[in-house]
This record gives sequence, C-alpha cells and structure tokens, in this order.
Amino acid sequence: MPDRFVTRGFEGRPRATGLAANRVPPGQYLTNDFPVLSAGPTPTTNLRLWSFAIEGLVREKVTWSWAEFQKLPAEDFTVDISCVTKWTKLDMHWRGVSVDTLLEAVELEPRAGFATAYSDGGYTTNVRLPDLVNGQAFVAYQYDGAPLDPEHGGPARLVVPHLYFWKSAKWVRGLHITEKETPGFWESLGYHIRGDPWKEERYSGD
Amino acid sequence: MATITAIRDETPRVRSYALGLPSWTPHRPGQHYDLRLTAADGYSVQRSYSIASGPEKEGEIEVTVERVMDGEVSPFLHDVAVVGDRIEVRGPIGGYFVWEPTLGGPLLLIAGGSGIVPLMAMIRHRAATASRIPTRLLYSSRAPDDIIYANELRDLAARADGLEVVHTLTRSQPAGWTGYARRIDDAMLAEVRRPLGDAPLVYICGPTPLVEGAANGLVRIGVPAQRIRTERFGPSGK
Repeated sequence: MPDRFVTRGFEGRPRATGLAANRVPPGQYLTNDFPVLSAGPTPTTNLRLWSFAIEGLVREKVTWSWAEFQKLPAEDFTVDISCVTKWTKLDMHWRGVSVDTLLEAVELEPRAGFATAYSDGGYTTNVRLPDLVNGQAFVAYQYDGAPLDPEHGGPARLVVPHLYFWKSAKWVRGLHITEKETPGFWESLGYHIRGDPWKEERYSGD
Repeated sequence: MATITAIRDETPRVRSYALGLPSWTPHRPGQHYDLRLTAADGYSVQRSYSIASGPEKEGEIEVTVERVMDGEVSPFLHDVAVVGDRIEVRGPIGGYFVWEPTLGGPLLLIAGGSGIVPLMAMIRHRAATASRIPTRLLYSSRAPDDIIYANELRDLAARADGLEVVHTLTRSQPAGWTGYARRIDDAMLAEVRRPLGDAPLVYICGPTPLVEGAANGLVRIGVPAQRIRTERFGPSGK
C-alpha cells in the first residue's frame, strides 16, 4: 500500500468515538438498518420437510428434523456483523444452536479440516473447522426475538460473526465436512477464501 | 488512481462521472468499482459503484451516482468533486451479476431507480456489439424527471434491434401517459415477460423491496429461480 493519498476536499462524517469505533473493522461503516443482499430469489422452505445434517468426514451422518432441532439446547447470541459490501451492524441479537452443540452429535474423522455449508437454493460457503468451533459459530433461527425472516435467511442460517457475513449461509441445511478446502459460491467468484474483516480479506488476492 | 475527466447531470439527484484509469482493464457489464475517499487525518470510507459504461471505452469507465441525503460518499462526489480530481479506485469487481452476449438470452432486465446503472452497462455493451438478443427492460421510477438515461434509452429502443424499454412511473406521470403507473407486481411481470418466453435470463437491480418483490413474483409466475440474478442497493426497509 503506498503512503496514504488524501482526497482533496473530503472531510467525512464526525468520527465514531469510544467503544463503537474500535468495533468497526477497516473500510466498514456502521448501519442501524439490516440490509439484504442475495444473488437470487429468496427460497421458501416447508418446515415439515426441513432438515439439518452434518455429513462427510464423520463416522456417521446425523440429521435433525425441524422439531428435533428446536429441542436442541439453544442460546442467545449478541454479536457484531460485518458484510463485505461495507456495512457493519453492532449488537445483533440472535437465538440458535451453537455449532459446538451440533458437532457433539458426530465423531469427526481425523482428516477432517474444513466444512462446506450448503443451503436451499444452492448456495454454499466454505469455513475452516477451527473457525466454526469454540463458540465462534451457531445456526440461528431467531433474530431480535422473532422467527428469522426468509429474506434474512430463515428458517435457519449459519452465523459466523468473526468472518464477513457471506460466510453466514442463509437458508442453511447442513455442513459437509471435508479434508480439503473447497471454495463455495462467492469464493469461486473472486471473493476471499477466508474473509476476515479485520484483515480486510474481501477479494481473492487480498 | 482514477482521475475525473467529465461530470454530467442525469437527473436532479443523479450525476455521472467519467473516470480515466491509467491501469484500465476491460470489465464485464454488471461489475463495479470500489471508490475510497481519505481525509487528512487518515479516516477513510469505501463504497461500491456499478460501472455504467460498456468495456468498449478504453482507458476509462463511467459511474453513475445518486446523491443519498445522509450519505458520506455521494454528497462528496456531487458537492465537492470536480473534473481533474483524483480518486482511489479498485476493480473491476464482481463475478455473478454480469452479462455478456455469450451468456445468451432472451434477456429480462428489471431496474428500480439507480438500479438501472449495471443494467445500462449491459444494454450499452449489447448495442456496441450489435447483438440482437431479445431484451426487455422494465424500469421503475417515481416520476419522469427521475428516469436516468431517458434519452439514450429511447434512442436505443428506436433502433428496433430487439431491445424494448418499458417504464413504470409510480408517483407521477406526464399528461397523456398510457404506460404503467404503479409499483411492479406479478401482473405487470407476466405481461412484460410474455414475449420473452418461459425462461429468460433475468437481472434485477434496485432497492431491496423492489428486487425482493420482483424476484419472488417471477418465481411465482414460473420463471426458474436459477435464471434470476439479483443485486440489491441500500437498506432493507425493515
């Protein structure tokens, strides 16, 4: 990066101060809204046909129906979210099941290193297992105290707050555990393989 | 580093900026550039702007920017920036919401407000390559004065090379207007897409509620979901 170029005449908004400033990753702006960005139409899912699975490099595939999923121990999560399109939203309130809880139901094979989250409508995204465990990810079915809207990924979506929001697969239906990392939808279209907002890993080559 | 080489008013709130790029590479219609502004204390902001021009213009791109009232970058571009100013840019970016003639058609383009910008790059490229792929643009604006590229769209449609432009004006219409005068709904979508057949390639761009409504509406009237690509601007409104 060359020395900072200063744009003639640009002053910008009053600077965010205090705690909020430290929570906004580089290149992001704070929003109070909840933008929706998707590549195509919003899928609709019949809850009676919904299931969530963990499969691939596990000793035995496990599947939950919606009713079974609702019975899993759920937690409330308050997290900050950053989207690669530059918006950041602080203190979002979700409710769902930690990925740690889900992984307790399977036995990972020793070669397991990565997961591909897959969704209704065909979306996929890849996440490394170390990014999914130890409280870092959950499958959410409520946002702000209400059932998750289909526009925002309902009935359930993966949420991985410490990575750009495209990793938080909407309409998620399962995790496919693999040995090698397989680029998902956006990762195959020029977006970064990992997507850490604090390192501004937006596009491949960043 | 881009240099502003020209500024043109499109509508009272919308301006187009020609940006000269020393390291220009041809883009795919639908892609965007990221613009970054930096203040003297190092504070910087970035925003993405769709490329309005086709890749035919070597060495420069055009972006079209609507002045957003409480925005940070668009008011700067509208009120402060002048021809000759340099702006840090990065791009072209984007691999999904893109169209070129090799992707085929028929093509249904649906725009709301400034969502017309990436679709205009597709339309301009289509014209420049003399493509005759059947194409229909459904363009929703509040009032006649808000229609971006109005004259150019009229001229391109007049070529009768397979491009048709259908406007809907949702708040006010000129005297004698016989076109659509309401928000996009399923009935309008069914009428507009009828000549294009069962499975056109669809690109929808604009404010989220419009895009959501149009995408879901098209699925309801039988267009395969995987033929529909969307790009949404701005807040969800929820």
